[in-house]
Amino acid sequence: MTEITSSSAAVLAGLISSKQVSSVEITTAFLDRLEKLNPKTNSYLHFNRENSLAQAKKADQQLADGTAVSPLHGVPIAVKDNLTTTDAPTTAGSKILEGWVPQYDATVVRKLREASMPILGKTNLDEFAMGSSTEFSAYGPSRNPWDLSRIPGGSGGGSSSAIAGHLAPLAIGSDTGGSIRFPAAMTGSVGAKPTYGAVSRYGLIALASSLDQIGPVTNSVMDAAMLQDVIGGYDPRDSTSLPNSLGSMVQSVKEADVKGLRVGVIKQLSSDGFQPGVKACFDDTIEKLAAAGAEIIEVDCPSFEYAVAAYYLILPAEASSNLAKFDSVRFGLRVTPDGNPTIENVMAATREQGFGPEVKRRIILGTYALSSGHYDAYYGSAQKVRTLIQQDLAMAFTQADVLLTPTAPTTAFKIGEKVDDPLAMYLNDVATIPANLAGIPGISVPNGLASEDGLPSGLQILAPAMQDAQMYRVASIVEKLYMDQWGASLIARVPDLEAL
Amino acid sequence: MAKEQLMSYEDAIERFEVVIGLEVHVELNTVSKMFCGCANNFGSEPNTNVCPTCLGLPGSLPAVNRKAVESSIAIGLALDCQIASNGRFARKNYFYPDLAKNFQTSQFDEPIAFEGEISIELETGEVFMVPIERAHMEEDAGKLTHVGGATGRIQGAEYSLVDYNRAGVPLVEIVTKPIYGALDKAPELAATYVRAIRDIVKSMNVSDAKMERGNVRCDANVSLREKGAEKLGTRTETKNVNSLKSIENTVRYEIRRQAFILAAGGKIIQETRHWHEDRGHTSAGRPKSDADDYRYFPEPDLVPVQPSKEWIEEIRQTLSEKPALRRKRLQTAWGFADLEFRDVLNSDLLDEIEATVSAGASPQSARKWWTGELARLANAQQVAVQDLPITPEQVAAIQRLIDSGELTDRIARDVVAGVLAGEGEPAEVIESRGLKIVTDEGALIAAIDKALASQPDVMEKIRDGKLQAAGAVIGAVMQEMRGQADAARVRELILERAK
Amino acid sequence: MSEITPDLVRHLASLARILVTDQEVEQLAGELGVIVDSVATVTKAVSGDVVATSHPIPMANVYREDVILPSLTQLQALSSAPDSNDGRFKVNAILDED
Ligand SMILES: [Zn+2]
Repeated sequence: MTEITSSSAAVLAGLISSKQVSSVEITTAFLDRLEKLNPKTNSYLHFNRENSLAQAKKADQQLADGTAVSPLHGVPIAVKDNLTTTDAPTTAGSKILEGWVPQYDATVVRKLREASMPILGKTNLDEFAMGSSTEFSAYGPSRNPWDLSRIPGGSGGGSSSAIAGHLAPLAIGSDTGGSIRFPAAMTGSVGAKPTYGAVSRYGLIALASSLDQIGPVTNSVMDAAMLQDVIGGYDPRDSTSLPNSLGSMVQSVKEADVKGLRVGVIKQLSSDGFQPGVKACFDDTIEKLAAAGAEIIEVDCPSFEYAVAAYYLILPAEASSNLAKFDSVRFGLRVTPDGNPTIENVMAATREQGFGPEVKRRIILGTYALSSGHYDAYYGSAQKVRTLIQQDLAMAFTQADVLLTPTAPTTAFKIGEKVDDPLAMYLNDVATIPANLAGIPGISVPNGLASEDGLPSGLQILAPAMQDAQMYRVASIVEKLYMDQWGASLIARVPDLEAL
Repeated sequence: MAKEQLMSYEDAIERFEVVIGLEVHVELNTVSKMFCGCANNFGSEPNTNVCPTCLGLPGSLPAVNRKAVESSIAIGLALDCQIASNGRFARKNYFYPDLAKNFQTSQFDEPIAFEGEISIELETGEVFMVPIERAHMEEDAGKLTHVGGATGRIQGAEYSLVDYNRAGVPLVEIVTKPIYGALDKAPELAATYVRAIRDIVKSMNVSDAKMERGNVRCDANVSLREKGAEKLGTRTETKNVNSLKSIENTVRYEIRRQAFILAAGGKIIQETRHWHEDRGHTSAGRPKSDADDYRYFPEPDLVPVQPSKEWIEEIRQTLSEKPALRRKRLQTAWGFADLEFRDVLNSDLLDEIEATVSAGASPQSARKWWTGELARLANAQQVAVQDLPITPEQVAAIQRLIDSGELTDRIARDVVAGVLAGEGEPAEVIESRGLKIVTDEGALIAAIDKALASQPDVMEKIRDGKLQAAGAVIGAVMQEMRGQADAARVRELILERAK
Repeated sequence: MSEITPDLVRHLASLARILVTDQEVEQLAGELGVIVDSVATVTKAVSGDVVATSHPIPMANVYREDVILPSLTQLQALSSAPDSNDGRFKVNAILDED
């Protein structure tokens, strides 16, 4: 690992803008590393050295001609492979899209290009972001740099393993029920899901439209704040995009101060069901915050009990409709059965062979939830649970400025451990799902290593809708408490990948 | 397929009560599509008015066209509907290759407009109030072409080709409540209703309203029940009936077909059917089944449509005159007899005649041109009279020349032929074809003298009071003048000469 | 006892246009049965007077103006099509229905 690849994005951006190191040098360092180590982590599905370096060269040229166009000018980034890119394949981790090169860039990708941030490659994910381990990727699981026999979390395990393994200084993820935050917790990185609508979804291959949100995966809270400032903002192409600016996240991080902070601990997400070491890390952080002067309040969110159930009705329902477009007509895989098949036969065969088992499971579950005679009981009730969860949160936020939970019930589990037990897999997201159902922002920050296995655990910070700045402020406070204790970020303790 | 057996129309009406329901799809004439910025254009090269959104590419999202919402509200208001204070889009899920996303973005339980009515006057003067259940916004599908097989039909085709230019074009679907009590007039009422909708959306300029292009399409529901029965009979839905004549024929055919089956103790199958104008019958499509579970749910990519009272009022102000009122006003202003006016309506020439009148022609002369000579020429060429390459202004200009005596009716017809042949404006045709009336009396008298010289007995006969003898001379003079003389004036001159 | 029968799975798969083997049907019926029993708890959580939330952040009346934006070229549109002909997407014949 070079000094470059172990540096934060904020530091790299400073080196570039002060012309001490070029974007080409930095991009090259990461490309060298990922070309060597990606076979170990399977973080990237596609990368192309020439293409990335051409973008880096352009960024350097711009700088030579004038000034930086963004605070992250020239800093390379990894992008989850469910965001469309005109210069790289976009598969969403599915066989059904193998080889598809989109005809348009996602809004977030366009913003990265406009910010002169070279794209290093496209990162692995569970097929169509359905999963929490990347084991459902059609292109094999990604591996956790802390222990290559373990999952890096999912669905964005490609991005989280790239960050933890220093195969990218920054990454983009998408979070429908925890797909940014859960992998961040599994790998000791920072992952933020902004308020629903804060970042445009245009060009994000939809899983569940009313839950999906794009956000940053990084090494530090400041890096995440910088990245959200670049990718956020109104987009007329996304009708659910928030019309008003949420302010500067970077500014909020800089102003972080624990004084007068009211921290809520959710009764339903602080007691049982958590791995003891994870629970211990969480309690320790709460104590530290109290010691630093924060007020700690227990809040009650009784409807959270139903969050996972509601989520696993809403998500499959919306996904069953969103994934109908994969029909072999305009793009993607086409499987033509023998004989004299009709287009109906071709579509059914294509979807049978193109989709993996978890995707089929959820499409059929969603079809059931929306079907005639079941809509009210399932989809309808789930939408009502959503209202109850929003009400619980609204009440909780009258008592506390932010709510804290462990991000995940456990540390990273072994590859293969839960893959045949859908229900067990679904429970990984018990703490992250409520934020998606309610549309509020949530971030996972490193919360120490669990004593029993020495693996990272994550702390989740939830803030009211539109108060992403508040969330970053508290994330920065927590990060500082740990930096004071450890003297370095948690990720600095990741084993040397080259030696593994 | 074996030809289906039918009961006579009179017997069917005698025995059964007819209930009809009509669903009319109107394509709006917005500049861009419903949910994306692609051009809403008819006749472009295939797949050139497409983008990630209307092609349903992964990751794309819809954004609602404000003008399409405005036009939909306007249609709702014109049908005396209530406008929903909270309307929503919903996804209608089904797989079909012309449907890019395999769901149609439509409206389900929260349509933009509901509970309206429209009064329909039949040829007999009888007036029906047709109750409107709802008008909702949705998007059109792409266009399929079936290749191979017998006749380009779907049956037996080798493969199909898809053009998505039309995918995402805004539609308003207008749905009636069941219409009772039309008795034997049900077929006529169906066609007249669709014509009324077409006239409304055309006069409002929210649709091009060309039925032959599919801008206005109709699905006709028909069911029968024994007279006095409470329970509605099983209905069939005949899809995409695309001309007024076909709508009338479809309903009439379904009444006769269903009556035969019911009278024989059979059961009507609830199914979609297709009308074949060439063969004069409907044929069974797909029976309704649980495969029609469309799994509607609120479109999560779009937010609710909540038009403010102010916006609705603003739209109401822009509403044009209702077609029925306009027709009444024009008939009175023009002084047309009922029969004359019905001719105009039946041939759909109200707009053309109105424009010709405003360009200066008298209403009667304008009517005669359009329903007479021009209709005849169009018929001979097998085109719609509206599609002839002549404008109301040109017709009015030609009529002015007749009124001033510079053209005879016969020469005027030559001028029209010239305009239609693309020879330019009437004045240019007259110039290049040399079509002006010969008004030089010296030339006329010379021609008369020449004719009289070859028919010396004519003068005698005229002087004896046999004025019809002048005819032969007039004929000769007109021939001499190559028709470009005013025959009445020639006659006068001959009679003068005989004095 | 779950109501997810093999026949229901077959029906749902056909609505979702996914070909399924008999073996898959059996397996899915089992798995989905367990999942449905678990998620069905939502019906116990709510009463009739709770309103449904379909959009997490309440918004309304978001429109674009009726103006033309650039479209794809025909070449771009067809660039990722598995098969095309004559400027159009080519598909196998459609089942004889409407
Ligand atoms: Zn488009």
